[in-house]
Amino acid sequence: MEIKGEYKIAAPRDKVFAALNDQAVLQACIPGCETLEKLSDTEMTAKVRLRIGPVSAAFSGKVTLSDIDPPNGYKISGEGQGGVAGFAKGGAVVKLTEDGGDTVLTYDVDAQVGGKIAQVGARLIAGTAKKLADQFFGKFAESVGAPPPTSAA
Amino acid sequence: MTETGIGARVHRKEDKRFLTGTGRYVDDLPLARATYAYFLRSPHAHAKIKKIDTTAAKAMPGVVEIFTGKDTADAKMGGLICGWVVKDKNGEPHKAPAHPVMALDTVRYVGDTVAMVVANSVDEAKDAAEAIKVDYEVKPANVDLARALDKGTPEVHPEAPGNLIYDWEIGVKADVDAAFAKAAHVTKLDLVNNRLIPNAMEPRAAAAEYDKGTGNYTLWSTSQNPHVLRLILSAFVLGIPEHKLRVVAPDVGGGFGSKIFCYNEETMVCWAASRVGRPIKWTAERAESFMTDAHGRDHVTHAELAMDKDGKFLALKVETIANMGAYLSTFSTAVPTYLYATLLAGQYTTPLIYANVKAAVTHTAPVDAYRGAGRPEATFVIETIVSKAAAELKMDTAELRRKNFIPKEAFPYQTPVALQYDSGNYPPIIDEAMKIADYKGFEARRAEAKKRGKLRGIGFSSYIEACGLAPSQVIGQLGGGVGQWESAQIKFNPTGNVQVITGSHSHGQGHETTFAQLVSDKLGVPIENIEVVHGDTSTTTFGMGTYGSRSLAVGGSAIMKATDKIIAKGKKVAAHLMEADVADVEFDNGTFKVAGTDKNVPLAQVVFAAYVPHNYPLAEVEPGMDENAFYDPANFVYPAGTQICEVEIDPDTGVVEVVAHTAVDDFGNIINPMIVEGQVHGGIVQGVGQALHEAAVYDKDTGQLLSGSYMDYRMPRAEDVPSFKLGYKVTPCPHNPLGVKGCGEAGAIAAPAAVMNAVHDALAPLGVKHVEMPATPLNVWQSIQGAQRAAAE
Repeated sequence: MEIKGEYKIAAPRDKVFAALNDQAVLQACIPGCETLEKLSDTEMTAKVRLRIGPVSAAFSGKVTLSDIDPPNGYKISGEGQGGVAGFAKGGAVVKLTEDGGDTVLTYDVDAQVGGKIAQVGARLIAGTAKKLADQFFGKFAESVGAPPPTSAA
Repeated sequence: MTETGIGARVHRKEDKRFLTGTGRYVDDLPLARATYAYFLRSPHAHAKIKKIDTTAAKAMPGVVEIFTGKDTADAKMGGLICGWVVKDKNGEPHKAPAHPVMALDTVRYVGDTVAMVVANSVDEAKDAAEAIKVDYEVKPANVDLARALDKGTPEVHPEAPGNLIYDWEIGVKADVDAAFAKAAHVTKLDLVNNRLIPNAMEPRAAAAEYDKGTGNYTLWSTSQNPHVLRLILSAFVLGIPEHKLRVVAPDVGGGFGSKIFCYNEETMVCWAASRVGRPIKWTAERAESFMTDAHGRDHVTHAELAMDKDGKFLALKVETIANMGAYLSTFSTAVPTYLYATLLAGQYTTPLIYANVKAAVTHTAPVDAYRGAGRPEATFVIETIVSKAAAELKMDTAELRRKNFIPKEAFPYQTPVALQYDSGNYPPIIDEAMKIADYKGFEARRAEAKKRGKLRGIGFSSYIEACGLAPSQVIGQLGGGVGQWESAQIKFNPTGNVQVITGSHSHGQGHETTFAQLVSDKLGVPIENIEVVHGDTSTTTFGMGTYGSRSLAVGGSAIMKATDKIIAKGKKVAAHLMEADVADVEFDNGTFKVAGTDKNVPLAQVVFAAYVPHNYPLAEVEPGMDENAFYDPANFVYPAGTQICEVEIDPDTGVVEVVAHTAVDDFGNIINPMIVEGQVHGGIVQGVGQALHEAAVYDKDTGQLLSGSYMDYRMPRAEDVPSFKLGYKVTPCPHNPLGVKGCGEAGAIAAPAAVMNAVHDALAPLGVKHVEMPATPLNVWQSIQGAQRAAAE
């Protein structure tokens, strides 16, 4: 399953890229994020509460930044254990391109779940991942640039 | 026939408690100081366990103990066993990968058992399970059965290179190939027999108690065969001697095969009871049932049928890959071989048959016997290919069957695939089914449906079944690890009422009624004075349990033998009481009589004299009236029948509606027609479920179980089926004292092919060649679209 989207952000590309690496911004934008602690420039531990279909679970795990190519983009990946609910993992390849003074952010998300979440919610995962991605990037675009996004694919 | 004897529609004695909520199931057990178990399961299909940290979990409130694979290894616990050795075509026994009770260093399917938490409550156990940290190294999974044996597919076990458990064959391939070379017509078929999840109403459960004073264990389990479970646990897994382990299977709410096997959880609950020092209870949640009950079916098959110019079958060739899942469950190896390929003659005189079965392991739940066990898969292959052949030859589907039926005078009939059918008469069955189904009127109904925009189709399925498992010596020759006789005890009490103690186990079959009818009929005891006792190793001598439609044919026959012994002994006592010669004493309808006189003494009086032997031939006869019998069948029994299904399909939505379904069966003599009807009805519904609705689906890449709840696993419902039309033809079984055959699986064996043949018949005008089960609306709609696209090109 792959989910793609695009946002236009009213901010210069350097500023957008910096925000993508800002732990406070990420914590504010990751849906259901309860804690996000920095281990290094590219690694963080996170606690995230998510509802997928009928299963609600607190996931604890890692958030990793990789393929960092300032200011063109990076890959942000997360992997969390939800205890008896199973696990969830996913990532987004984020690309930034300049559009005049603005920045166009495109993302390409993949997500995977396992255990109980998969048994009862697998067919909801595409919809859920799409919603979570929109929540994340929507909030991100809003917090970094103004006015709010012009398009959400 | 009496009102409660053989042939009577006696209402089920057990239904009073089942319908009023007073049944006693494992979970109902009141055990003082009980603890509760919860199993942490693998969320991955295939992973290495790098580390399990239970420190934080052990400190959680209410936790009594946590066990992992390491504890079972330290205790030198044996692995779970597969009780049937199938030799592959080179004569080598099948590969037998280790099946640890708890995962040691590798998990092999989603649901594999990683840790057992024992706590003061289920909720506390679950909370603690959340706190167990397992460090997994996730590995690629082998999920797609069709590719399981391919080079490069991840291996499930080092002991099974290439994931192959056995490559088995029956028949002479060269002879079959020669027949194909001469054939006027060959019909070819590729099909998938969809994987099913059993879904017994009561989930699996276990409870155990250890008596420190005596060293005795008691295990309550939702088992279909408590003695076999005890035998496996004692001899192979836990080493608790049989005389120190009592296994009780009380009221059990359905099994369909899934409760035959020895499972991890009951093993752990029993073992841990002595470690914990308090009773332990465990009941599966429904999600665990989906994940870990042994699944059923799951074959990929290619079949070819060779015919002469008149449609006479010359030879059949079948190649099947059978899914074993991640571990070999108790009887898994026998299901796609001796319970499948040996049935491929069906009701037909096909003189040459070759079958090759490759069993593969995959990263999915274990697969084992499920209602019919191999025989539904065989029937589905035969009856689908025969219907396809009829369509290709433009012959009437019933006529092609009739042309190839084994004739009545050919019985006993030796098939080319090992079995010898004892009795049968197939043409009258199909005639009766066609009459009941109004076959002649079908085309008019099809035309009428067309006016309503519906595609109507009709499908036949003429099944054969080998059940009543089984002659022990045959089972031994085929690699089975146990005998397959049954025991019975008829124990009169001094006041004349009687306990019938059987080694069969009832989990919905109605034994308490059927078996009581046998004894009431034979001994003339009122049915209310008969209590059928089963399911407890401490009250039954021994027993092989209930599966393979064996309870009446084998267990019922043992009861008849025990009643014979009661009558023989009673005659000696009665002769003494009547001052007559034993040779002159006759027994009829509860009374001993001296032939040719009016002297008589009722059985109750004989029984009383046997327990209060004041006037009794003590020198010749022991007191008491309590007889034991074992019965080992001479052959399988061979029920047969024809089902005819009619469906209507909405071509715009793909929805298939079963609008009529007829079943005519030969079950031999029938003891309780109402119970038989119930069995047939339930079986047909399960067969309709397989054909139209049910599918266990794993993600082909990750091995995640996607159909893990009733939101995604579609069970058949009352609204999905019409009122069934049933009929019977009787050819009594010649080798058991009751003349009975089995009826428990027939419905599920025959129905899938009948339904799918009807679906194919309905869709044929649109050019649809083949629809795989389940024929869901999506599946049917896509088939229609595909055929229309192909026609347009």
